[in-house]
Amino acid sequence: MIKFSDKQLKIPKLMRPVYLATVGMSKFDRAFPETRTEELCIQAFTAAADFVNMTPSELKQYIHTCYYGHFADHFGDQLLGESVIHDRLGLDPLGNIGVKTGGATGGSTMWEAVKAVASGYSDCTLALGWERMDEVPTDEGNHLISAAADKDWETPLGHIYTGYYAVMAQRYWKIFGKEEDSFRDTMAEIAVKNRGYARMNPHAHGPMKITTEDVKNSPIVAYPLRVLDCCLMSVGSACGIVCDEKTAYEITDNPLRIYIGAGSHTLRVADRRNMTIPLLPNETPDTYKDLGKRFPGSERYPGFTGFLAARMAAYYTYGMAGINDPIEDLDVIELHDAFTISDIQSYEDVGLRPYGEGRDYIESGDAYLINPQTKKPGKLPSNLSGGLIGCMHAVGATGLMQIAEIGYHVWNRWDEIHEPQEKWDAFGRKKPNDWASLQVQDAKRGLAISHAGVGSQVIATILMDPKNLLKED
Amino acid sequence: MPKTENEKGFVDIINGRYKPEGVFHIPEANQPIFNKDTGKLAGITNPRDMTYIHSYGGEAPFFEGLGKGKLMASRCDNEKCDTKGSIYQPLRIYCPDCLRKNTIIDMTNLAKTTAKIHSYIITHRSGAFNSLPIPIKFINVEFEGVVTILMSVLAVGEPEIDKKVVPIFNTKAPTYTITDLRFVVEGTSESELPEGFTF
Ligand SMILES: [Zn+2]
Repeated sequence: MIKFSDKQLKIPKLMRPVYLATVGMSKFDRAFPETRTEELCIQAFTAAADFVNMTPSELKQYIHTCYYGHFADHFGDQLLGESVIHDRLGLDPLGNIGVKTGGATGGSTMWEAVKAVASGYSDCTLALGWERMDEVPTDEGNHLISAAADKDWETPLGHIYTGYYAVMAQRYWKIFGKEEDSFRDTMAEIAVKNRGYARMNPHAHGPMKITTEDVKNSPIVAYPLRVLDCCLMSVGSACGIVCDEKTAYEITDNPLRIYIGAGSHTLRVADRRNMTIPLLPNETPDTYKDLGKRFPGSERYPGFTGFLAARMAAYYTYGMAGINDPIEDLDVIELHDAFTISDIQSYEDVGLRPYGEGRDYIESGDAYLINPQTKKPGKLPSNLSGGLIGCMHAVGATGLMQIAEIGYHVWNRWDEIHEPQEKWDAFGRKKPNDWASLQVQDAKRGLAISHAGVGSQVIATILMDPKNLLKED
Repeated sequence: MPKTENEKGFVDIINGRYKPEGVFHIPEANQPIFNKDTGKLAGITNPRDMTYIHSYGGEAPFFEGLGKGKLMASRCDNEKCDTKGSIYQPLRIYCPDCLRKNTIIDMTNLAKTTAKIHSYIITHRSGAFNSLPIPIKFINVEFEGVVTILMSVLAVGEPEIDKKVVPIFNTKAPTYTITDLRFVVEGTSESELPEGFTF
């Protein structure tokens, strides 16, 4: 569609408030040659139980329905892998269902879990995701990932997903980045920032202390993208448990309010037709009246440079949660930084900056925990987990990892997850001597964006301290 | 090991059903995976040699057209549709707005005269089963009056945004896949085309 009806633009409504009670994550790594997937899922679930001082069997008593996010069945040669995990978690005979929406699988899994509670069907649901991409040779893995593109019109062209994706980056780089060295530097700063934050995260498997020069000198994957501009490929699991108000307060004294919405766009970038830019609450039609003049070649929307799915997910979720200006109203954010350049594109889709000006979110220092220019707290720190570039991208778990990380900040419990020496030891990772807390001070509200491939699916999740809501129910 | 000619699997449709003939998979034994440091068993390999049998359905005229040097597209001709007259390349069997069956049209000449590069990327990487020469120059092609932007590859020349390109077709030995269509920069001569391709 290129025109939307009022019915389609209705702000989604949850029939009752939904709360996030607890979250958990496994260790993330490139490969686990001596660990079965269920062992990682049990690790994530056990972490969620620990977080609310329960045993796994105590926590299980609350769960009524289960949602499992796992994207790439064909990597594991195992259909109904969800049933395997459900059984190994000992959650039979509860109802369960698998969710798969590409890179947004983790977010979509939570979307489903929240709606089941909101409707009254369940009072407590589990959203648990995982991915396993280490059990095939790399070139066969590339083929299997490329099968998420259109198998007749795209996959036979090289069997390499990067090719279908990077044409979008190229267009953004040329039209909005104007091929400027300063824009290239800004891309590199994102890679430095996210890998640097990952150094403080024992779960992360891509931490690096690097400079923008290192990024700009790393091998080219598909110009202008270099190796250090690209996200990790990971194995691991993450989960969250959502409840109605009564059940949430039985599990914990401090549940968080959760709002969640979804958007979509064509699987093939080829199919995107022109349309008017849907506006967010902090924009007016005037915002874009001279966009084509300022950025020649930007006349098509979303063209190759905008992610309509992300814009729509933000539109729905901001409306639900009462967000007017995300920079002012939110305190912390996790974005789907599959590539440095797509991270910049997302800033615009979700309204951190207007279309065309995404780079300023980094250049202003707003995106940092401590603004490098002012040395004061950044306005809206992003990807303190390390993101997909520094922490992990275990597809079905990624969106749930982001929600967990936002939760730790709003709960003001980030340190207890990331600091303990015992966890660094248990994961076989060396805690840096300059380890520092990345806890966002007084964080009350956060956003996570879970995104699939070229932008076919996007989920926006907002977590809020219930004492700091922006909108009455 | 590649299959010999009489080991290859073929499929026909007879009486409305697929009839596979020949060899479709060669079973290969599993192999244990040991940790060389501990000497302990960690897992097993599961070799698979599979062939998928796939219908092009209403898109078949597009893939058949390529081998004949034709670029087929589709157009919504529904008088009552908001987006009537929209031309789709990739060919869509149905209009995405009114869901009425589109009209299949030949846009070869339109492509020859108006194709230009919307975006591109050059990559040295590929996945298993890739049949294109490396590096691959991915291009997205705009055509005048077409509402969508086709993904393809540039076989001759260097890609640049807005550069004019022309389609070439694998007419000598068609594979009946999207790789039968490629583009070259305007001004390329017949002798520079990859083997089997013609304008
Ligand atoms: Zn129509």
